[in-house]
Amino acid sequence: MGVTLGIDIGSTTTKLVVLDGEKVLYNKYKRHLSRVRQTTVEMLMDMQKEIDIDDVSVSISGSAGMGVAEATGIEFIQEVYATGEVVYKLAPDTNVVIELGGEDAKVIFYDGGVDERMNGTCAGGTGAFIDQMAVLLDMTVDEMDKASLEAKKLYPIASRCGVFAKTDIQPLLNQGANKSDIAASIFQAVVNQTITGLIQGRKVEGKVMFLGGPLYYCDGLKKRFYETLKLTEETAIFPEYALYAVAMGAAMHAQKLAPKKINEIIDMLKNSEKQEDNLTDRLAPFFADDAEYKEFKDRHSKATVKTIDIQEYNGKAWLGIDCGSTTTKVVLIAEDKSILYTYYSSNLGNPVEIIRQQLSEIYKICGDRIEICGSAVTGYGEELIKHAFHIDEGIVETIAHYTAAKFFQPDVDFILDIGGQDIKCFRIRNNSIDSIMLNEACSSGCGSFIETFAKAMGYNVADFAALGLGSKAPVNLGSRCTVFMNSSVKQSQKDGASVEDISAGLSVSVVKNAIYKVIRATSPKELGEKIVVQGGTFYNDAVLRAFEMEIGAEVIRPEIAGLMGAYGAALHSMRFSESSILDAEGVKGFSHKSDSAVCNGCANHCHLTINRFADGEKFISGNQCEKGLGIKKTEELPNLYAWKREYLDSLKPMSGKRGKIGLPMALSMYEFAPLWYKLFCELGFEVHFSAQSNRATYEKGQFTIPSDTACYPAKIMHGHMLELIEKGVDKIFYPSLTYNIDEKAGDNHYNCPVVAYYASLLDGNMEQLKDVSFLYPYLNVDNPKALTHTLWKNIKLFDKSITKSELSKAVKKAYEAYDEYKAKVRQEGERALKYAREHNKRIMILAGRPYHIDPEIGHGIDKLAVSLGFVVVSEDSICHLAPVQYVKVLDQWTFHSRLYRSARYAVEHRDAELVQLVSFGCGVDAITTDEVRSILEDGNKHYTQIKIDEITNLGAVKIRLRSLIGALEDGEENAR
Amino acid sequence: MQDKSFVPFTEEMKKDYTILVPNMLPTHFKLMISIFKTHGFNMELLETSGPEIAETGLKYTHNDTCYPAILVIGQFMQALLSGKYDTHKTALIMFQTGGGCRASNYISLIRKALKKAGMEYIPVISFSLAGIENHPGFKLSVGMLRSMMYAVYYGDLLMSLTNQVKPYEINKGDAERLSEKWTARLGKELGNSTKVRYKDIKKNYVEIIKEFDLIKMRKTPKVRVGVVGEIFVKYSPLGNNGLENFLVQEGAEVVVPGLIDFCLFSIYNQIIDYKLYGKGKKVYPLYKIAYNYVSKKKNEISELIQKHSDFKGWTPFEEIVHIADDVINVAVKMGEGWLLTAEMFELSETGCKNIVCTQPFGCLPNHICGKGMMKPIKEIRPDVNIVAVDYDAGASRVNQENRLKLMLANARRSLEETTVTENTKEHSNILYK
Repeated sequence: MGVTLGIDIGSTTTKLVVLDGEKVLYNKYKRHLSRVRQTTVEMLMDMQKEIDIDDVSVSISGSAGMGVAEATGIEFIQEVYATGEVVYKLAPDTNVVIELGGEDAKVIFYDGGVDERMNGTCAGGTGAFIDQMAVLLDMTVDEMDKASLEAKKLYPIASRCGVFAKTDIQPLLNQGANKSDIAASIFQAVVNQTITGLIQGRKVEGKVMFLGGPLYYCDGLKKRFYETLKLTEETAIFPEYALYAVAMGAAMHAQKLAPKKINEIIDMLKNSEKQEDNLTDRLAPFFADDAEYKEFKDRHSKATVKTIDIQEYNGKAWLGIDCGSTTTKVVLIAEDKSILYTYYSSNLGNPVEIIRQQLSEIYKICGDRIEICGSAVTGYGEELIKHAFHIDEGIVETIAHYTAAKFFQPDVDFILDIGGQDIKCFRIRNNSIDSIMLNEACSSGCGSFIETFAKAMGYNVADFAALGLGSKAPVNLGSRCTVFMNSSVKQSQKDGASVEDISAGLSVSVVKNAIYKVIRATSPKELGEKIVVQGGTFYNDAVLRAFEMEIGAEVIRPEIAGLMGAYGAALHSMRFSESSILDAEGVKGFSHKSDSAVCNGCANHCHLTINRFADGEKFISGNQCEKGLGIKKTEELPNLYAWKREYLDSLKPMSGKRGKIGLPMALSMYEFAPLWYKLFCELGFEVHFSAQSNRATYEKGQFTIPSDTACYPAKIMHGHMLELIEKGVDKIFYPSLTYNIDEKAGDNHYNCPVVAYYASLLDGNMEQLKDVSFLYPYLNVDNPKALTHTLWKNIKLFDKSITKSELSKAVKKAYEAYDEYKAKVRQEGERALKYAREHNKRIMILAGRPYHIDPEIGHGIDKLAVSLGFVVVSEDSICHLAPVQYVKVLDQWTFHSRLYRSARYAVEHRDAELVQLVSFGCGVDAITTDEVRSILEDGNKHYTQIKIDEITNLGAVKIRLRSLIGALEDGEENAR
Repeated sequence: MQDKSFVPFTEEMKKDYTILVPNMLPTHFKLMISIFKTHGFNMELLETSGPEIAETGLKYTHNDTCYPAILVIGQFMQALLSGKYDTHKTALIMFQTGGGCRASNYISLIRKALKKAGMEYIPVISFSLAGIENHPGFKLSVGMLRSMMYAVYYGDLLMSLTNQVKPYEINKGDAERLSEKWTARLGKELGNSTKVRYKDIKKNYVEIIKEFDLIKMRKTPKVRVGVVGEIFVKYSPLGNNGLENFLVQEGAEVVVPGLIDFCLFSIYNQIIDYKLYGKGKKVYPLYKIAYNYVSKKKNEISELIQKHSDFKGWTPFEEIVHIADDVINVAVKMGEGWLLTAEMFELSETGCKNIVCTQPFGCLPNHICGKGMMKPIKEIRPDVNIVAVDYDAGASRVNQENRLKLMLANARRSLEETTVTENTKEHSNILYK
C-alpha cells in the first residue's frame, strides 16, 4: 500500500494529512482566509520541504474542497462520509460522532446502520459562530474559552443561529452581566443547537467521539457537552486526530486510487486557478473611473458640522451619549451646536466603565471653563447609563436620530440608520416620525456582520472596506440572513472570487437587505426625496456607494454618520439649562457592581441583573414587568391578554368517573380550551391542562423537534406534551382541526397547516407519547352537530361506554361554555375600551393569534405595553366592533380574518393603535402583514409589527413602542 | 374577506393577447400549451432562468413568502419589464388550488406585484378546476379538459421513461430527443380534441414505450434517487437548482413521481372532506366518479409499460393512499399533505431507498409531512436514506450539493454492498450447479 494524501478544505481552514497505511507521516492545518487554492498550493510546497515523498494517491474533501476537486479533476469524497469511514476503521467501538467544523455541524450514529446527519441551511455556523461571539465579547476564542470555565450560571441564549444569539447576548452585555457566564452560555447554545438540529430526539448512548476544531480547542465547549449529554471519562472520546479526521478519511479513500507526483498535483491546482471560469454571479463595479470616484468623495465631504477646539472654549455645553449595542458614542456640543468633543469606540462589553472614563476625561478637559448644562442618553444602554450617572433624560433612539438628521437636512423625509447590530429607518411625515421599520431578528446583516467577516479574512474593517471600493466585479451574495451569506461567501470562494469582490459584495448585501427586507421598497421614490443615511456602517464608503447605486439617487451622509445618535441626544438636551449629571467628584468616587438574580414575581422567572452604584443608586434590568423592581403600581390598566390568561387558568381539574385526560395549553387550545374543558368535564373526565408556558417548557421538549424552522408556538408543544405525561394522565388530547369555526368574515375558515396538523408530527417524533394514548382525531368544530358527528366516529378513542345522547348533551354544554367565554372576551374588550376613553388612555390592539397570549410566546409584551401606559386589548375582543374588512388577498383563515377587522377598528378610531405580533417562521403572516399594513396606512395610521421567536429582545420592542408613542405625541402636537 | 374585483380576461382579449405561463414541468406544460394554442389562445411558456428571477421576485413580493411564489412572480415580472411584450396585450396565467396552505394566495400575490409595478391592468387568469373566478375569455370546454388530462398522462409517461433511460443510454441525449419528438407530435394531436380517441391514445402509449425500449442502454448498476416534495421545487429546475441534472451527472437514476398522483390527491381530498366532515355532499358523487376514472386510466398505462417493456410501472393510487397509514392520516391535506409522506414510502417499497425531500425554506405543510415524518419512516424502514433540502433565494448551491453528495455517498455504499452480495449469490449458485 502506497503513501496517500488527504486534503480537507473547509470553510475556514485547509488541512493536509499524509498516511502510510494507517500511520500518519505528516499533518498540517492553516486558515485559508478564503484564498483557497493559493493556500493549498503553499501548504503542499511546504510539505515537500519537510517530508521526502514523490508519489502519492490523493483525494480532496470539505465544503470548499468540492469546487477545487471539480476544477482540478482530483477525486472528491464528501466530508461526513470521510469521517464516518475513518472512525469506523480507527475506533470501531464508537457509537456516536459529533463533529463541529467552521460552519457545518455533523453527527454520525453507528448503531443500527450508519446514520449521518448535517445541519440544515438555517442552522448557523459553529466554529464561525463561536468566532463571531468572541468578537462580540471582545475576547479571543481562547480567552472566551478560559473565561467560560469560571462560569457560575447559564443564561438562555437562542441556539438556532448566530443572529438570534447575538440579539440575546447584546442586552446581557449592556446590562452588565458577567462575561464568563455569557461565554459558558454561548457554548451551551452550541450544544443545544447540535442537539436540536442534529440529534433530534435520538438517544445518545455509548461512546461519543468529538471531532473538529472547536471541540479540539475549546475546553469550555467540551464541558458543556459533557454535562448536557451526561458523559463520563470513558464515554467521551476526544481523539488526537480530532482536527484531521476528514483529511485522514480523504487519505484513506485515496488508497484505492493511482498515485500521482506531488508536483503534478501542485500543477493541477495551479492550472485550475488560471482557467477558473467564474460561475458566481457578478455585479457592476462601484465606479466607472477615477473621476466618478472623486466626484463621489467631494460630494460627501460637504455634510459637516463645525467643530471648536475644546481647549479654546468657555461657556455652556450639552452632552449626548449614545450607548449602542456594540459601540458607545459621546458628543459634547457648544451653545451654537458646534462640536467640542467626540468619542466613538466599541463598548468592549462594558459601557458603564467607558462612560465613567469619558466623563472623567471631559471633566478634566473642561475644568471650570465649561459647564455642562444638560445631558441626554439614548440607545440600548440608555437606562443603565441614565441611572448610573444621573443623566437628565433618556430619549428613544429614533427621536435622537431625527433630531440630528434635521440639523443636516431640515426637510429630511427619510432616515436610514445602519448601526452595528440593527437597521432602523423611518419616514418623516408632517414633521413627525412615521412608519418606523427595524430589522427583524433574522435579517441583521449589519455593520458588525461586515466586521466579523473582515476579521475572519484577516483584515480590519476599514482596510477591508477600502478593498471593496476598488472591486472590478463585486460578487452577488443575495440578501438573506448572515448564515445564508456565510454560505454564499463560501460559494464565491469556491468559484475563486477575490477578497475585493467579496468585500464589495458584502456591502451590496447589507444595502439590499436594508432596502428589500427591512424597508421593503421597490423604487427610490418610495423612500423619499431627502434621504439622510447614517450609523457607523455608513462610514464604509462601499456601503454608501452601494446604497446610492441600488436606489439610483444621491443621499446625504453626515460626516459624523456614526455619532448621529449622540449628537441628536446632545441637541435634544439643549432644552435643559441645569444638569443633574454626576459631577467630577461623583465620577471620581464612582463604582459599579452587578449581580444576577431570578425574579420570583411570576411564572416567567426573569433573569435580573442588579446594578449597584457607589452613591446607593440601584438599577435592575432583565425584567419583563415592574414586579421585580419592587415598585407598587398605582393603577392597574385593563389588559385583555392578562384577563384571558387568568380565565384559562381558572379551568381546574374536577374528579370524574372516566379518569384523567390531558390537554396541552398551546396552539388552538388557547382558543378552544373552554369548549374542550366543558366537553370532557361533562363526559366525566378529570381535565388537566398543561400550564401556560415558560422557557423551561420549551427546553424540556426541544430535543424532539424535527423541523427547527417551524414557529415557536408549535415547537413549544413538545414541552407541553412532556409536562402532561409527567402529570400522570392516561390520555392526551389535541384535535386535528383542518377547519376552524366559520365566523363569516373570511373567504374560508381554515386553520394554518401547523395548527391543524402538528399533532401528527408530535406522534411521530416523541417516543414518550408511546406510553400514553395520544388522541388527535380529525374533528369538525364548526357547529355542535358537526362536532358530535365527528366525535362519535372516534368515540372509542375516549371511552367505549360513552353513549350518543351523553355525547350530544356534552357537546351542547361545551358550545354554551365556549359561547359564554367568547361573549365575556368581547364584553371585557368593550369594558377596556370604555375605561381607556374615560381615563384618557391610549388603546393598543395587540393583534396576533389566540396563542400569543401565552406568557412565553408573547414574552410579556402585553405587560410592557401596559407599563408604557397603554390599555391592551386583543384582536378577538374587539373585532366584532368593526365591519368585515375587504382585502386584496384570499382570506382563508379564521384567526387572520380577525386581524383584518381589528385593523379596520384601528382605522375607524383615532384613539386606538394596532400592533401586530408575528411569530418568526409564520408563513401565513408573510401574507397578512402586508395587508394589515396597507389597511392601516391607507387609513393614515401607524403600522407597528413585532416579530417574536424563542427569544425576543424586549429592548428592541421597547424602542418600537416608545417610538410609536413619540410619533403619536408629535402627531397630537402638530394637530394642535 | 377578499375584495373580489379583478381584471377579467375578456373574449376581446382572447383575440390578440399573449398569455404567459410560468415554467414548472416543461414536458407537461408544453403539451397543455399546444392544446390551448389550437383553441385560439396565444400562450407562451416562460423558459427563462438565472438568479435575476429570484431577485426580481424579492423586489415585488414579501421576502418571507414561499420561494415558489417568489420565483413565479420574479419570472413574470422579469418578462413584463423586459420590453419584449406589449404589456397592454399580455395576460398571465397561474394554477390555483385553494386550501389552507398559503399557496392558495399565489394569484393575489401576483396581482399585488403587478400593482406595485403599476401594471394592475394586466389580467391574471386563475386556472382552477373549481372555477374560483370567472374570466369570460377563458372558458374550457369538456373536450379541452379531456385533452388536458391526457396531456398529464403523456407527460408523466415521457418523464418516467426518460428518467429510466437517461443514466444508461449509450448515445447521450437519446432519451431527451425521443421525448421532445413525442412532445411535439402529441401536442398537435391533443390540440385537435375531436380526434382524441382513447383507442388512438393507447396506441400512442404503446408506441412510446416501445420506442424508448429500443434506445441502446448499458445496464450497469446505478444508485436510484427519488425526488419528492413541494410540487414546484420538486419539478421545476428553476426551483431546485437543476436537481435532476445534478443527480444524473453524479451517476444516479432519478425517480420522480408523476403529476397525475397530485391530481388524484386533489380529487381524493374532496372525497375525504365529505367523509370526515360532511362537507360538499352534492359534489361528492362527481368526485368519486372522477377519482375512479382518473385512477383507472393511470393504472392502464402502468400495465402497458410492464407488458411492452422492462421499464418499471407505477404503483396504483389506491395503494399509495394507504401506504403511509401507520404514520399519517389522509386527512392531512394542505399543501402536498399526506401524499408527500406516502410517496416516500412508495419509493422505498419499490426499491428506491434514496430520497431527496425538497421544500421551499419554511414551507408550513412540509414541517409536518416532510421533515416531521422522517423519523417515523426510518423507524419502519431503517434502510431509507433521506436528505431534506431547503430551497430559497438565499440558500447557496454549495450547501445543497454538499448534502446531496453525502446522501449519494451513502447510497453508493449500500449499492456496493448489495451488488457484492448479489455477486456472491450468483457465484454460489454456480458452485452448487
